[in-house]
Amino acid sequence: MKPLDTLKAMSPDALGALESAGISRRKFIKGSGALIISFSMGGLASPPGAAPGQAVPPDFNGPGSGQLDSWIAIGADGSVTAYTGKCELGQGLYTAQTQLIAEELSVPFDRVKLIQCDTALTPDQGTTSGAQSHPANFNRNNLALAGATAREALLERASTRFGVPVDQLTARDGVIGVTTDTSKKAGYGELAGGRAFGVALNRGARRKDPGEWTILGKPVPRVEIPAIATGQFEYVHNVRLPGMLHGQVVRPPAVGARVVGVDEGSVRGLPGVVKVVVKNNFVGVVAEKPWQAIQAAHKLKVDWTQGATLPDQRDFYDWLRNQKPARDTFAVNSNDVDAKLASAAKIVKATYHYPYQMHGSLGTSCAVAEVQGDKATVWSATQAVYPLKNTVAKVLGLRPENVRVRFRMGAGCYGINGADTVSYDAALLSQAVGKPVRVQLTRKDEMAWENFGVAYVIDQRVGLDAGGSIIAWDHESWSPTLGGRPGANNPGNVVTGFLAGFEPAAFAARTPAPDPTNFSNGSNAVPSYVTGCVGKRCGGTGKVPSQRVLIHNVPSPFWTGPLRSPARLQNTFAHESFMDEIAALVKTDPVDYRLRHLSDPRLIEVVKAAAKSANWEARPSPRPGIRRTGVAAGRGLSCVLYEGDNGYCAMVAEVEVNQDWGAVVVKHLVIANDSGPISNPDGLRNQLEGGALHGVSRTLLEEVTWDDQKITSVDWLTYRTPFVGANVPKIDTVLIQRSEGEAMGAGETAVTVVAAAIANAIFDATGARIRQVPFTPERVKGALDART
Amino acid sequence: MAVMNLKVNGRTHPVDVDPATPLLYVLSDDLGLRGPKFGCGLGQCGSCAVMVNGRVIRSCVTAVRSMAGSEITTLEGLGTIEKPHPIQKAFIDEQAMQCGFCINGIILTAKVFLDRNPKASDAEIKQAMSGVLCRCGANARIIRAIKRYAEEVKA
Repeated sequence: MKPLDTLKAMSPDALGALESAGISRRKFIKGSGALIISFSMGGLASPPGAAPGQAVPPDFNGPGSGQLDSWIAIGADGSVTAYTGKCELGQGLYTAQTQLIAEELSVPFDRVKLIQCDTALTPDQGTTSGAQSHPANFNRNNLALAGATAREALLERASTRFGVPVDQLTARDGVIGVTTDTSKKAGYGELAGGRAFGVALNRGARRKDPGEWTILGKPVPRVEIPAIATGQFEYVHNVRLPGMLHGQVVRPPAVGARVVGVDEGSVRGLPGVVKVVVKNNFVGVVAEKPWQAIQAAHKLKVDWTQGATLPDQRDFYDWLRNQKPARDTFAVNSNDVDAKLASAAKIVKATYHYPYQMHGSLGTSCAVAEVQGDKATVWSATQAVYPLKNTVAKVLGLRPENVRVRFRMGAGCYGINGADTVSYDAALLSQAVGKPVRVQLTRKDEMAWENFGVAYVIDQRVGLDAGGSIIAWDHESWSPTLGGRPGANNPGNVVTGFLAGFEPAAFAARTPAPDPTNFSNGSNAVPSYVTGCVGKRCGGTGKVPSQRVLIHNVPSPFWTGPLRSPARLQNTFAHESFMDEIAALVKTDPVDYRLRHLSDPRLIEVVKAAAKSANWEARPSPRPGIRRTGVAAGRGLSCVLYEGDNGYCAMVAEVEVNQDWGAVVVKHLVIANDSGPISNPDGLRNQLEGGALHGVSRTLLEEVTWDDQKITSVDWLTYRTPFVGANVPKIDTVLIQRSEGEAMGAGETAVTVVAAAIANAIFDATGARIRQVPFTPERVKGALDART
Repeated sequence: MAVMNLKVNGRTHPVDVDPATPLLYVLSDDLGLRGPKFGCGLGQCGSCAVMVNGRVIRSCVTAVRSMAGSEITTLEGLGTIEKPHPIQKAFIDEQAMQCGFCINGIILTAKVFLDRNPKASDAEIKQAMSGVLCRCGANARIIRAIKRYAEEVKA
């Protein structure tokens, strides 16, 4: 794209930011290079749909940009504009990134304007997810490196101007002064304002040490919150364009149903109806007002074929286990597991089940698109503006360089909710009418067709030596997959793309699994207690050398995709519950038993920190003297190194179980977390608390349901989550500040350990083991009744 | 379609709408307000809450025709970024949200309840909040913010 085209495509606020940064439109048009935008046109490899068992693909974070001017512009007035491809999803990242730039550049927080996730303005940083934002932007790379490079470039310029070496200069509040002569100083605006740096990111640029921080590392309040609390904040739902129309989609009545015919006459003459749009099996209505569109969508007569017959939910876990062919993967295989098991003093086995769950964001997904001729702009709450730009182009038959995606925050997120699919809905409807169209899904369309978090069946087996220590760990899992993130090339990975005629990424069966070639624990399929040795490299966190982790992915009848801690949560539920079962069997305190098998000092430290903060009483579970009726109390622990390298977390849960009818109340959660240097302690606490409560909801209540034709969990009565007034546990967080370490993710650590911590606490309280999520009163009562 | 006068946040707005239209759409699309939000369209989550004559209603399931002569107050009507209402300030001070989509219904529900029941116990507050949802798990902070406001109301 030429600079002029870019400029035309810019929003007034972005232009305003540029201008307030002292960069005039004229200069920009002349190609001064004040803002170099790092497009990647085509050539984007498709990140696979984050299928379970796969690590984060290398291009997941996008190519970024090697040019400082893509990241930071200094205004004539000394203001700083920074550009990021990692977006605010409610996790506090906008504020943390603003702190980062203010810190690295030594300017006050409020002098930094951050522009996020806009394909016309910001570097291509792929997808904001997978707890990858801190690893990507807060270490020696991308945004953080840009801040450090800019500070050094400014110091260099001051050094030249004043004729003194850099080590005699200090930068403070956007002014560089000579330490030996206080009369010599210059502001950033004077040194670099309105001009391009024209330098590459410098890998050797010095990042500030956490010990020097004055802005980063502090509990700076989130910048959006005052606007949200007063009803001023612009969510994607609030985007309004002149002449904008409203669309509603008509989804199939059953999974697999296809359009036979659409009777446009059925809505002819209804007030406000502009157009009925049909493209393959995609059906929608555009009207002048939202209520008119909703009514027309209800009244539109569409003839559909019969759907596919869905597997019976009552036998679904058996169905999963028996699907052939599967895609088989070994995460680890030491090739001696059978022999070790044969020699073991004792074998322990258990099977765990986890249901499909949904993101179920509180507001249904929404997008606004303006498609005119061969150009399109989409306002979207997508996590992936650049990939979406490519797939919107595919869906509309446009050139990617003619599509612009502008992020606006949506409701919730938690992974691939409906944000991408509704972006296609709005784009298709806008293209059909040549006017801007806003689409917000109905609650039912949101819940019936989103990309669910995957169900799992997990078989665990260990061999113990005579002393009760684990000598071999054998893990085998089955999980279903269909679609996922569209990436840059697969719009058919979400429902709208599929209905409009695109196929989901092909399922590639593979049996038998090849031997692993390198160790990756991106899905936490490998338990924390094994060495994780593949070839000569051992990447695990434990001591057990004999290990086998075999993963079977099978085709799913429903759309699937990343849901907060995808696969990592399900696997951790199984590992950490099983570890507790083994500890109980050998009558050992479950904390001591874990520590006996762990080797990673940081994982050990979070386990000890959580136990200490919870006043953990060392003794085997279940607790002595259980009475079999009434309310019983217990505690349980679980831990994880998220994704094998991206955040340490341990949790102690204290619960009460009403043994008469099986209700579980979580009373207290203690979370110890180590995600490296802490950018914003209050933001981190908020993430840990939110992850914990999200985990409680998923553990106790959430399960997608279906009948023989369709999803039946389609509102908040049929898909349950706790009300705000429900029992909220006391939550204590222990933040471990690891100043010397790498910045890791923290958005998904806590949610990962909740289910096992609660299961272990229920066992401690009652002696009953729950191996299937959710822990509904009926299921818990069943386990209580089955106690011998 | 019919023209009616809608009194919102102290101002009267003539609107030309189908009288059966749920109030939410009129507020958010005809009047461009950002406080009330579409969450479920079923009255189950509370995102669309507004105050009508001092009570909280779910605007997604309330026809606009029933609003004639009513005083409607939305989240915007309580306070501003510069001068937030004490309950808005409590949520800001406690950083009591993540995505914040639920906050409209939560603030209005809590405010109306506590203004009518200034001596409410913790259990009563929780009971009052048993019809609104948050999906980000900000519940612990939300309850803290509500109690902070409750202390002010009591004082």
